[in-house]
Formats: sequence, C-alpha cells, structure tokens
Amino acid sequence: MLADSDRVFRNLNGADDWRLKGARDRGTWINTAELVKDGREAILERVKASELRGRGGAGFPTGLKWSFMPKEVGDRPHYLVVNADESEPGSCKDREILRNDPHMLLEGSLVAARAMGVARAYIYIRGEYWEPLERLDAAISEARDAGLLGDDAPGGAFDVEVTRGAGAYICGEETAMLESLEGKKGLPRLKPPFPAGVGLWGCPTTVNNVETLAVVPTILRRGVEWWRGLGLPKNTGTKIYSLSGSVERPCNVEEELGVPLRDLLEKYAGGVCGGWENLQAIVPGGSSMPMLPKSVCDDLTMDFDTLASHRSGLGTGGVIVMDNSVDVIEAVRRFSHFYMHESCGQCTPCREGCGWIYRVLSRLAAGEGEGDEVDLLWTITKQIEGHTICAFGEAAAWPVQGLLRHFRGEVESRVKEVTDVKEVA
Amino acid sequence: MTTTVKLTVNGGEVEVPQGSTVLQACEAAGVEIPRFCYHERLSIAGLCRMCLVEMERAPKPIASCAMPAGDGMVIRTDTAAVKAAREGVMEIQLINHPLDCPICDQGGECDLQDQSLGYGRGYSRFTDEKRAVAEQYMGPLIQTFMNRCIHCTRCVRFAAEIAGVEDLGVIGRGENARITTLGRPLDSELSGCLVDVCPVGALTSAPYSFAARPWELSHTESIDVTDGVASNIRIDSRAREVLRVLPRVHEDINEEWIHDKARHSIDGLRLQRLDRPYLRGANGRLEEVSWNDALRTLAEKLTAAAPSRVGAIAGDLADCESLYALRALLRGRGVTNLDCRQEGGARLPLVAQVFNAGIAGIEDADAVLLVGTNPRDEGALVNARLRKRFLRGDFRIASLGAEADLTYAVEHLGDSPQTLESLADGSHSFAEVLRGAERAMVMVGASVLARTDGAALMHLLCRLCETTGVAGKGQDWNGFCVLQKSASRVGGLMLDFLPGDGGMNSVEMLAASERGEMDLIWLLGADEIPMEKLGETFVVYQGHHGEAGAARADLVLPSAAWPEKDGIYVNTEGRVQLARRAIFPPGEAREDWKIARALSDKTGETLPFNSLRELRARMFADVPALSELDSPLREKWRPFGEAGTAGDLPLGHSVSDFYRTDVISRLSRTMRECSEARRRARAGVETATEAAAA
Amino acid sequence: MSESASTWSPVVEKDFAFTDEMRARADAAVKRYPPERKQSAVLWLLWLAQEQNGGWLSTAAIHHVAGFLGMAPIRVHEVARFYTMFRLKSKGAYCVQVCRTTSCWIRGADKITRACLDAAGTTELGEVSADGAVSVEEVECLGACCDAPMLQINDKEYRERLTPERAAEIVRELRQHAKDGK
Repeated sequence: MLADSDRVFRNLNGADDWRLKGARDRGTWINTAELVKDGREAILERVKASELRGRGGAGFPTGLKWSFMPKEVGDRPHYLVVNADESEPGSCKDREILRNDPHMLLEGSLVAARAMGVARAYIYIRGEYWEPLERLDAAISEARDAGLLGDDAPGGAFDVEVTRGAGAYICGEETAMLESLEGKKGLPRLKPPFPAGVGLWGCPTTVNNVETLAVVPTILRRGVEWWRGLGLPKNTGTKIYSLSGSVERPCNVEEELGVPLRDLLEKYAGGVCGGWENLQAIVPGGSSMPMLPKSVCDDLTMDFDTLASHRSGLGTGGVIVMDNSVDVIEAVRRFSHFYMHESCGQCTPCREGCGWIYRVLSRLAAGEGEGDEVDLLWTITKQIEGHTICAFGEAAAWPVQGLLRHFRGEVESRVKEVTDVKEVA
Repeated sequence: MTTTVKLTVNGGEVEVPQGSTVLQACEAAGVEIPRFCYHERLSIAGLCRMCLVEMERAPKPIASCAMPAGDGMVIRTDTAAVKAAREGVMEIQLINHPLDCPICDQGGECDLQDQSLGYGRGYSRFTDEKRAVAEQYMGPLIQTFMNRCIHCTRCVRFAAEIAGVEDLGVIGRGENARITTLGRPLDSELSGCLVDVCPVGALTSAPYSFAARPWELSHTESIDVTDGVASNIRIDSRAREVLRVLPRVHEDINEEWIHDKARHSIDGLRLQRLDRPYLRGANGRLEEVSWNDALRTLAEKLTAAAPSRVGAIAGDLADCESLYALRALLRGRGVTNLDCRQEGGARLPLVAQVFNAGIAGIEDADAVLLVGTNPRDEGALVNARLRKRFLRGDFRIASLGAEADLTYAVEHLGDSPQTLESLADGSHSFAEVLRGAERAMVMVGASVLARTDGAALMHLLCRLCETTGVAGKGQDWNGFCVLQKSASRVGGLMLDFLPGDGGMNSVEMLAASERGEMDLIWLLGADEIPMEKLGETFVVYQGHHGEAGAARADLVLPSAAWPEKDGIYVNTEGRVQLARRAIFPPGEAREDWKIARALSDKTGETLPFNSLRELRARMFADVPALSELDSPLREKWRPFGEAGTAGDLPLGHSVSDFYRTDVISRLSRTMRECSEARRRARAGVETATEAAAA
Repeated sequence: MSESASTWSPVVEKDFAFTDEMRARADAAVKRYPPERKQSAVLWLLWLAQEQNGGWLSTAAIHHVAGFLGMAPIRVHEVARFYTMFRLKSKGAYCVQVCRTTSCWIRGADKITRACLDAAGTTELGEVSADGAVSVEEVECLGACCDAPMLQINDKEYRERLTPERAAEIVRELRQHAKDGK
C-alpha cells in the first residue's frame, strides 16, 4: 500500500484548500526555480531516468516524447499543449487534479516547458468541466500575480492560456486537439508529420496529459530514485485510479503502479458490491480497454505491462467494475453507442463501422441477433482496428473484442434460435 | 536539383523524386493503388483508407497516399493482409451506399463501382437500414444524390483550394457527417468540376442527367472556344447531339479543369440554329432561299460594289480557316476593310496582344499587376492559375480597374487610367514592387486595347514594362501578358484579318455605314457589334445562330458551329490548337471556308483550294507559325503604343456576365440559369432547402 | 417531437451582435492566441454567442462570429455542428443532461433520466417542458464516473451521486426557478 508520505496528490479528494496557499502548503511552487535551474537537458535526463510513462492512456515514455522536440528554438516557437479533455468513459481523475489542485498542473507545465524550450502552453479543457475551468482560471491568475507565470516565471518568461472545448471526445486525440485549438473541427491529423515537428499552428508541439505533467515537479523534488522505488520496473511511480461501477464506494485514488486490483478495490472502494465472488468483470483502463473476467481479475496487478499481457491495457486507470447483476452486453453496447456518437466521421472505417457495431450489438443485446452476427461483429471490429487515421478505431473495436473474447458464450446464448436452419439446409 | 529516394515495392526497387508519396512510388513501380479521396491536384486527406499498404516495421497498414516515400522503405501491396484491409474498408464503405448503380449517372465511370469489383463481396452482410441523406442545392449545374456520398471531401477541398470559394463544408459528426452548402450555390465558374472530382454518383451533372450511358458516347478531343484560353476538352456526342463536354489534361493551359461555360453552354448549340440560307425579301422579312440563289445574290452585290465600300467583321468564334478563306476572297477583290476585332482598336504588334509569359508562366511569377481585367470572368482558368500561385505564398497581386472578388487577396489600386502614368514613371509604390520582383507580370485585359485611348495606355504599359523589368529588349522573361477574351482573336491577328492600307477597322466601318458610305458589310459570326449603326448597308451574316447578327442581316449564310467542323484556333498565349468535328451541322449549314470557296466560284475569282487540307497548306505557307501546333508564340519585344494622354474613362472589364459572352452561351438555358443563380447568390438570397429535405 | 440537428433550418432568424460586454470578452478571448491566429478563438466566441443568445446558437449568431473572426461562415457552421455542446435550437431555460454511459448506467442512470422526464412532464428526450423551463437529454460520459449517477445543468453545474428522488427534486426546483424568473 502506498504510504501517505509517498503520495504525490495530497488534495485529490478536495478536502483541503485548492488555492495557491493550500498548494504551497502541500509543497507545490515552493522551490520551482531550483527544480529548473539545471536547464533543459538536465530536466529531460531526470524525467527519462524516472521512466515516467504518460498517464493519458497510451503509456508512452514522457522523457522520450519530450526529447522529440527540436533541440533549439528556431523561427517557430515551441508549444506545450495540456490535454485536459478527459472524456474516456470510466476516467475522472484529471477533473480532480484540475479542481482540487490546479497549481500542480501549472507547476508541472512550467517544468515541462523548461525541458522543451516552450514559452507558452495551452490547456485544452473539456467543455463540460465548468467548475475545474473556473478554478483553473483562478489558479492561473494567482500564479501570474505571484510571479509564477508570466515574464518573471521561474527560469524565464512562461505563460499558460486555456481553451474550453465544447463536447467532442475526439479532441482528446492529440492532433484533433491541435485542430480544435486552431479553431476547427476536431479531426485527427495524418501522421507523419508528428506534432513535435509540425504541431500547433505548424510549430513544434508536445501534448501531455494533466496527470503526467502534475507529477513531474514532485519527481524532480523528491528525486528520480524515490519515484523508481515506487511501482514496478518500467511501470514506475504512482497513478490515479478511478474506481467506478459496482463498488461500494466509488472513488479516485492514488496508488502505486502494480497494485493488485483486489487490494485497490477492497481497500479504497469498499470492495465489489456483494463481495469479491460477486465480481463478473472489469474494464481496467477506461472504456477503450477490453474487459477482463473475474478469473483474470483474481490476481491481476494494475500496471501497463501486466494488463497488456492480458490483451487489455492500463489506459487511463479508469476501472469500471461490473458485478454479476450487470448485463455485460448492455454495458459494452453503451460503450459502442458512445463511440458511434463520438466518431468524428472523417475516415471510412470508423465513420460507418461504429454505427454498424452498435446496431449489431444492440440486436444481440436484445436477443434479436442471429447466430452468424456474433462472427460478423468480430470481423467488423477487425475491419476497423488498425485501419483508421487515429486510435479511435481501436478504441471502438477493443471493448467489443473484449466482450467476445471473454463472454462469447453469454452473447451466443442470447442469439435467436432460428439460425440452425442454415445447417439443416 | 531534385533528389530522389529509393524504395522497394513488392520486392522491386523504384526511385522517385523526394517529396513523393508511397502511393506515387507504387504507381511508378507499376502497382495500382485503389483510392477515393486521393486526388493529385488536391491536398491530401488520407481518409477513405482504401490505399492501405504494408510498410516494413509499421505495426499497422499505412495510408499510402499520405505517407512520404522514404529511402529504404519496404512496401508490400500484394499480401493477404493488404487485401483483407482493403476488402474490409470496401465493405464498410458500401454499407450505407445505395445499390442504385442501374439508375446512377456515374454508372460505368464510377470509382466505387470499379473498385468494388476488385475488393467487394458479391453480397452484403449489412442488414440494417441504409442512411438517408438530404439533397443539397449546389447551383443549377449539379444534381446531388447525397445518399451516395462516401465523404471523401474531394468536393470540399476542390471548392476551398482550387475554386477558392469557401461555400462547401462538412457538418455534423460521425455517421451523420454530411457535405453541405447550407443552401447557397457555389459561387464559382469552376463548379462543374465538382462532378469530375466526385468519385461516385453523389454529385452529377444536372444538365446531363439521365441523358446517356458512357459507353454510348463518341469521344472527340477538341478545345473550348468560349474564351481566349482555349482549355482542352473532350466532346461526348451521340448521333447529332453534343451531350457533354469534359476537360482534357493540358498542364500548360487548364491542367484538368474547365469552366462552366465551356462545359455547359452546349445546350445553346441546339437552339435557334440557322439551318438554311435566308434572304430579306421585298416585304422586309427573311425568306428561305437556296444556297445557289443566296450565293448568286451575294456575288452580284459584291461585284457591283466598290471595294472601298465593302467590309468584313469577324466575331469571336471564328476559326483560322474561316478567316483565311474570307480574307483571301475579299482581299482578292481589293477589299481592305477587314477586322477580326469587333470592338476595333489601335494597330499593335503581336507582342503587345498576346499572353507572352504563358499561362503556366504565372507559376514562375512573383508579382503581378492586373490592368483593366477581371481574369475570373475573362479567363477563369488563368484565374485558377493565379490562385494556385497565390496559395504558394510570396506573391504580390495588384489590380487597376473595377474592383472584384478574384478568390485571392488583391491590392486594389483604383480604376483611374491616370494611375498608369505614375506607374510608368516609377513614382507609384507598386512600380517599386514590380521592379523588385524577379519575374513580374503585367496582365492586361482586352478592354484596354479596345479603348479610344488604347494606344496611349499601351504606350504607358510598354514604358512601365521596360522601366520595371517586366519585359524589355534582350530579356529572357517577358511578363507582359494580354488576356484576350475571344477564341478567334490571336488567329485573326496572325492572319492579318485587319484593316489593310487605307482600310477601316470595325468601329470606322460602322461609322461609315451609319453615314451611308458602305454598300456591303459581311459579318462572320459577329453578333456583338451595335447593329443599329449598320444603317442601310446590305448586311451578310454568316453564322450558326439566329441572334443579333442574323436578325439584322439581309442575307443569312448558315454555317457550322465549332463542334461541327475542324478548325484551328490560337489562344491568348499564341498557342495553335485544333478543334475537331464531333457532330455534323444541321440542315443545309456548311463549314465556313466552303462558303467562301463556293462564292469565289460565283464571283469568278476561284480560291485556290478544294479541301481543308489544301486550304491549310496555303495558310501555313502564308503564316508558318500556324503550323506549329501547341507551341505558344515567342514574339520578340518591341516598343508599342503611341504617346498620348490617358482618358478619364475608368478602367473596367471586358466581360459583364461570365456565363453569357457569345451567341451560343447567350442562347443556352443552362447559362441563363447560372447567371441568375449567381446574381441571386451575390445578392445574398439564401435557399432554405435543408429544412425541407430533412 | 424530438429535435435533431438535421431539422434545423439555416434561415436567418433575427439579427445578432455581441453586446459591449460580450464584445469585450470576445476581444479578450482573441488575445489568448497569437495575433495572426484569431480563428483559434472560435470556440470561445461561440460560447459567448450561445450565452448571449439564451443557450443556443442562431444562424445569425454563427454568422456574427464568422464576421468577427474573418472566417468563412461555412467554417463556423462546421465547428458549431461538430461540438455537441453547441445547441442549434432553444432547449428551454434549463437544459438537464443526464449521463448515460456505462459507469453511470451501472449505478442507475436510466432511472435518473426517467425521474427527470417525469418531473419535467415530458416524454421525449430533448423535449422542452410545457412551461418552457426544462428539457431533459441523455448525454455521453461527463467524466464524473466516481460520482455516478449524475447530471449537468446548462453546461455548467454538475449534480452527482443522485437518486431518482433527488433528480426529480432538482428538475422541480429548476422549473420553480424559471417560474420565479431566476
């Protein structure tokens, strides 16, 4: 169990003051100049050494990502874009950081900026997060007044601006976010070129998740070794898990990577409704990550590599728990509706395929599906997966694949019985 | 120097220029890549996902249209995985596409139909209801069937990038995304190209709706004669009718676009045709006569008249052979009153009357001054080229003349001819821009040449060019460019269909007619002159449509319209091109040169050619440049114009209504609708078709 | 009848122009971005226009924003119809949006929706109550999964850890507020 003294987020539940004073009391902004005084390369090396992996879903090594930015700032300014467009069903961790400890994000942004030659960051926050937006705005004002942002920011001029989204999950995809920041529809861009070369307004840009940035100052403050001492090799440090669904007390909680799922649920969320034996399945990392049945959950640890070995993923750390009373087909059908609704409509497989998945799954959930539709469903997901401009295709396909991989019997048991006719004929 | 990259496609090595895409590399290797959204003249969208290929070390198949080709890449297009990926995409592409190929005008020339043969199943596993999508109003030329739309966005990109009108967009999201104009028709002369770029039958040609199947059509390669640009076209005809006109690629002229008048004025070919000779009778009405009587009457008039009291004016659609034959006939009789410029104008050397830098030369220019021209109306493809150059950046464009939206940013210098003086003496700031540019261009509209102070203005323009380095003696670059608006003009100039010694130009002939000093005026398809000035003169109208000229004529000689004859035309660059016969002229109408030849028999001065081939041999001997097909004139620079004062008349444009500039387009119903739609759209009248269709 | 975006007509309803206050806020939004990147402020400006226009965007408002930023109107229409929080029809004084996605569904989102509709006296999602006060919609995940089930009022306020009774009470309160002119 993570010791309280090792917690990075000390006001995750919002019990304490979210303003600058409270943040300072918790250690944020106390010695930022010190953290960045060794300059760009030093920060980069430390973040690389920490083996911090991105907390936005893909788990890409943060230091490596930062190192893709050009070494020198040329004609085009460098930008940092903060992905606060948290929209993955099952994830609600960034919201807590934004509204309960916004200064952690601002300080983290500043440190990241120093590692990439950035003088201006844009925070893209989802339109629905009104309270977090208000607090973030207030925190930015406080930080400017305190000389923490602006021309006299620690280590030189640096400022942050906010863009409020307006309801589009796809804007969480980093290049769609850049499009949206440029005042367009959030249509993901073709890659290459990658944002580090051609990003916001054609300038070198790095997009990082809120949680990723928020932990960086603490890593530098307490040392890379401390961070590496938490979690597992290649899965270092702590992570915020959003525990929702069939648990007694849903909550966001920070724990080490590699924490056993059962411990996580039982120690922090009051356990699965009806007890561990009543567990049917979980979605381990936000809606995109394929669900896992109880048999896998029994001794599952929550880290990137373990979950990948089960053909799922840690994603955002949003754990959706389903006990035996939950209709897993309906649960996934809801996800499919989500993806149909949120597809940007740009590329063919996703635009047309998400609706097809949803309709077939709806029939299967309602007991109106026919036998060969189970296989059809599987093949549609395979026709989408890997064939789209962005990872939305996978996000839409994987939950359905997870369902069919682990609950195929359940799905087939609901199929209309007329399908044997074909065999007879 | 372009560098190249080497990559491997299906095991074979291929070398392509740096900056090529994987798709282009595959094509270079002879491997065909299916695609819908990719179009080589539009920005890359990479969204149809049909062009997926495998790339070594890539975890997923890549969209070859969007991936830059890199040295050492290993590409495979022939694996089971690629086939499966494309088949998967194809099936998904088709789930919401209606199975209405039998009633779709795109049938037989549809990318989706073709590619589904290669990658489609013979049946669909999709059992739900297909999506229904409201139709869109995109102007009179486009019939939409939006259910068929595959969201490739070629039309949106064409409108925004090539046409330069942001009237098309994609609204909504996911499977509800749809292409829309929001009820406002596309305000573009190039709107018909949307039908060409649409890979399916979502955007079809409204005037051609349900007219024919592609395999029923005969194809004739020809050129457009509705402006001085002479875009390359293909005429599709069946029996005696031209059913449609499509662009042909000519990189130096029209690339692969044509404007809407070239494409859609063809319905005018069928209307009000002159199909037999007419002679004005004693009752003052035109009465049918035989060719024999018509020619005999004309021969009598001609031989009776003093050559100084005879004149001929050629219109904008005349081909070189017609001009040559008529000139030969009349000059043989000592007639010097000839003009191929209906609006008259000063005598100028050829270098002062052609587009010296060439249309493609616009892409090499870095600054341009437009004088008295609206290239959008006077040469839509020249304008498209200007826009293309503009999009590349670092291109200063200024306009002296009436203000207009040209689809790119223009510095407007007012419309006073006096401004030319300050430009010519170098005191104007834009003269500085021209001087500073490496390859500057001065583009002059036909309206300038026709002005009474035209010679003076041309003199100023000549000085401007010489002082700013736009053109001059001993220079490689000649940026002085006249945008002629009529297809016949440069050919007429080269053939010297112009006043001879002591001869009168068009304006002078009309003035003389008005004074009763002319006995006979021969109008060779000239409908754009003020007919009332012809007075009591005996007027011969040789042409194909009954409009202003025929209405005034005393004798009507019916001739072939441009798709009904072989003819040489010279465009504004001085580029010689062939228009070819696609159909036969109606009734008793004859090819123009034959009319002159037949008449020459009656007058007793038989012209020395009995076939088009013989005529051309003579013509080429007289004007060798006409025999050099497809090579623009490269005239030596020489000073032109006459010192004089610029008048006060503001510099204007020579075309007031793009859609209706010649007898055929003025009679075309389609063009009338287009003209009306543009007027309404520009007046801000919106059409709320969306609500009704939902 | 439920109202989908596709029944919306582009006919200009009435003139729209930012008030002085809104114009000042719009100018401030534009200043968040480099001077040559005005278009980036389009989301902010549509938010302001929606606020001034009573919770929805008219065609006139969209065109005003286009003019303000020097954008082609179609490009602003595209944006306004891509982001689902921009509404193209009035949804009453209070738009109540119940999260329908899995985490909330597991914890009873369907019952919350039902309770809200009943309290609003409406039967269809998106239907405005007879008093013009409230419409109830279902929306996709609002990112409060650990506080499920939940709803949002007028794009701002979250109400979390609901019971059907509490949800109905909220809707009734909103109707009372609308009646009181708050």
